[in-house]
Amino acid sequence: MAQAPAPRGLWRGWTAAQASLIQLGEQALRFFSAVGAMAQFFARTAVAAVRPPYRFGLLLHQAEFVGVGSLFIVILTGTFTGAVFTLQSMTALERVGMESLVGAMVLISVARELGPVLTALMVTGRVGSAMATELGTMRVTEQIDAMEVMAVDPVNYLVVPRMIACAAMVPLLALVFLFVAFAGGYAVAVGVMGIDEGAYLARIEWTLDPYDFYHGALKSIVFGAVLALVGCYKGYHAEGGARGVGRATTQAVVIGSIAIFVLDYVVTSVLLLWEPV
Amino acid sequence: MIVIDALHKSFAGKPILRGIRLHIRRGRTRVILGASGSGKTVLMKHIIGLLRPDSGSIRVNDQELVGLARRPLQEIRRHFGMVFQQAALFDSMTVGENVAFPLVEHTTMTPVEIGRRVAEKLDIVGLAGCEPMFPAELSGGMRKRVGLARALVLEPTCVLYDEPTTGLDPLTTYNVDQMIRDAQRRLQVTSVVISHDVGSALRIADDIAVIHEGTIVADCPAAEIRASQHPHVRRFLDTWFGAA
Repeated sequence: MAQAPAPRGLWRGWTAAQASLIQLGEQALRFFSAVGAMAQFFARTAVAAVRPPYRFGLLLHQAEFVGVGSLFIVILTGTFTGAVFTLQSMTALERVGMESLVGAMVLISVARELGPVLTALMVTGRVGSAMATELGTMRVTEQIDAMEVMAVDPVNYLVVPRMIACAAMVPLLALVFLFVAFAGGYAVAVGVMGIDEGAYLARIEWTLDPYDFYHGALKSIVFGAVLALVGCYKGYHAEGGARGVGRATTQAVVIGSIAIFVLDYVVTSVLLLWEPV
Repeated sequence: MIVIDALHKSFAGKPILRGIRLHIRRGRTRVILGASGSGKTVLMKHIIGLLRPDSGSIRVNDQELVGLARRPLQEIRRHFGMVFQQAALFDSMTVGENVAFPLVEHTTMTPVEIGRRVAEKLDIVGLAGCEPMFPAELSGGMRKRVGLARALVLEPTCVLYDEPTTGLDPLTTYNVDQMIRDAQRRLQVTSVVISHDVGSALRIADDIAVIHEGTIVADCPAAEIRASQHPHVRRFLDTWFGAA
């Protein structure tokens, strides 16, 4: 049988454009179906969280893993972020002769933005990946199926404690981040750059508002819940053996980090609407 | 009693189960024999409600499983135990904690009572005193036996075995077969075993069904399976008895 002639000229360009459009549409469909599946998983987790049994032991265990386990890395990151940010800000503020404002500027930035975001990113790398790996391994070795067969809801047992622990511990870690960033900034500004200690602290007291802390805390709660959701979702739905677990872990970190940046903009925009002037 | 009727299931358009009909009688050991990819595991996952069929019916003690909500399904699952192919033990827990898990979740027993029950079940499977060990420290056969102890600990009325002898040496296979028979005799449970091991099936089965390309091609008491004239059953049995 004779083959159909290959498309030429304008028609060839049109089919290529059609193919690209179809590919784009398929990618969009895949994206929205993934977002929908994650939303469903979140809804199932939320329902499981309010229904008994309540697993306080597992919650404390997870809180210890997320909170205490991440303390060192958060202290390290926070101290150096505060110190470097102070160093950079001093260079800029010296140009306009407002060096004493450096402490207030650094602390407002850390309380509202850097603290919640960097803490969440650190926890995503350490905890979100661990959750995806642990649940992924449980999935591919049928441990999650075994739990279901034993009439235990795996979402209630595995996901709820992790999500609540992250939503509770990430704000506390962000607070620790803020304190150590203050200490790092103070050491550089007062100890190294020779800023007057009284002026430095007075500017902070004068400028900082409790709302700066609420703003950061609210964002941290959202980031904590989302990074746990992504890690657990990816692990819970892992398939394909060790390779699948590896893929789930990578996706948990990449998607979790992107989600934090996107949500940072969204949550900040919403919070600014209600912020007292 | 488990009654499966006209069960169909496809994955990505590929039919895996094509109208399965099966009666599993109370207190008997039923082996579902079939080659890899014949649909055995998919069938078992339907019996316990881990998969939902495209159509058909599964009735457990006259209660329809298909379309059941999560909570009532969990109630039914409490009467089942399942031994997975790779045992599926929780690797973060000790052997004792693994076996105790269903008791902690579903009973109000005290830790002392739980410890006593766990020791009793581990004794039945020949692993007395192994409570403090972790799954990583156990051999394949030992893991399967812990899996059986965990499946039996709530004293279910039905135990499902997913390829219990796959990957085991002949001696351990024989021991696992004995263990399945012992559990069935001592506790009067209904046992459903899926396997491709003809020798093991003939040792433990009261009834045998043979599944081929998603349908049941033979279903009879174990003693009568050699009389089957179905070509696939003949080929399957010839691998064990040798061609005439």
